[in-house]
Amino acid sequence: MSELLDFVIVSMVLVAIGIYGLVVKRNAIRMLFSIEIIANAANLLLVAFSRGLPNAQGQVVALFSIAIAAAEVAVGLGLIIVAYRLYKEIDVAELRSMRG
Amino acid sequence: MADPIFIAVAVLTVGTAIIALEARELIYGAISLAISMLGIAGFFLLLDAPFVAMFQILVYVGAVAVLIIFTVMLVRTQALFTTKEDKKRKGAGIALMLIIMSSFGALLLASGLNGQFGDFNESPAVNFTEIGELMLTYYAPVLIILGLTLAGSVIAALALARREDITGEEEGDGEEQQHHERTT
Repeated sequence: MSELLDFVIVSMVLVAIGIYGLVVKRNAIRMLFSIEIIANAANLLLVAFSRGLPNAQGQVVALFSIAIAAAEVAVGLGLIIVAYRLYKEIDVAELRSMRG
Repeated sequence: MADPIFIAVAVLTVGTAIIALEARELIYGAISLAISMLGIAGFFLLLDAPFVAMFQILVYVGAVAVLIIFTVMLVRTQALFTTKEDKKRKGAGIALMLIIMSSFGALLLASGLNGQFGDFNESPAVNFTEIGELMLTYYAPVLIILGLTLAGSVIAALALARREDITGEEEGDGEEQQHHERTT
């Protein structure tokens, strides 16, 4: 007995948690966690609507989205390693070389 | 309203997502994030999408979580404990979260989505052979470009993380120099 609205509400809660993490946390790895949570909420919504319609294209786009998210994590972690090597720090407020 | 399995998976996913952001040690946060991704895969199973669920487990729990854990281990633990977040910032973040949740919630309740597609257990599910068919016909160019993007980004990540200051036998000198820099 599950309806579309249940999944939409869970997705919304996950997005809110992710935005909270992006706003509050200053650790670069934790910000990456928040981005992952938001991306997963979007995937959940895609698959839920795909189930409701029912239409397979939503699931195809969700698969593509998962692959893109994996690439994004690889590049993000590479950037974090470079930042750590340069500054000995992954606190984003301390990375001030590009601050005007 | 909703069945108990759904509620259990929802509590698991949301709870571990919160733990991933709030755990004191980053490594526990990474493991908690992996469990949250497993919860999302559970939702996909509930939505009759076993193929997407399998993909999710393979990519997120298998690849991304391991990558994150390796990075956490590479970054020295000292840098991980510099959590200088102030109370005011945290309060503002929680207020923002509640505002987003209440406004989206009001929007959802007003949107008429409630009961739009009926009960999922009674309507027919998507046949997953259709996914493969779509991927190889209509979405074939997207699939190829996606493969190129993945290859390009992985090569770029490798190039980013490569150390340029170390070449073969100079390794010892480099570390010594670093040690010298650290002590002065």
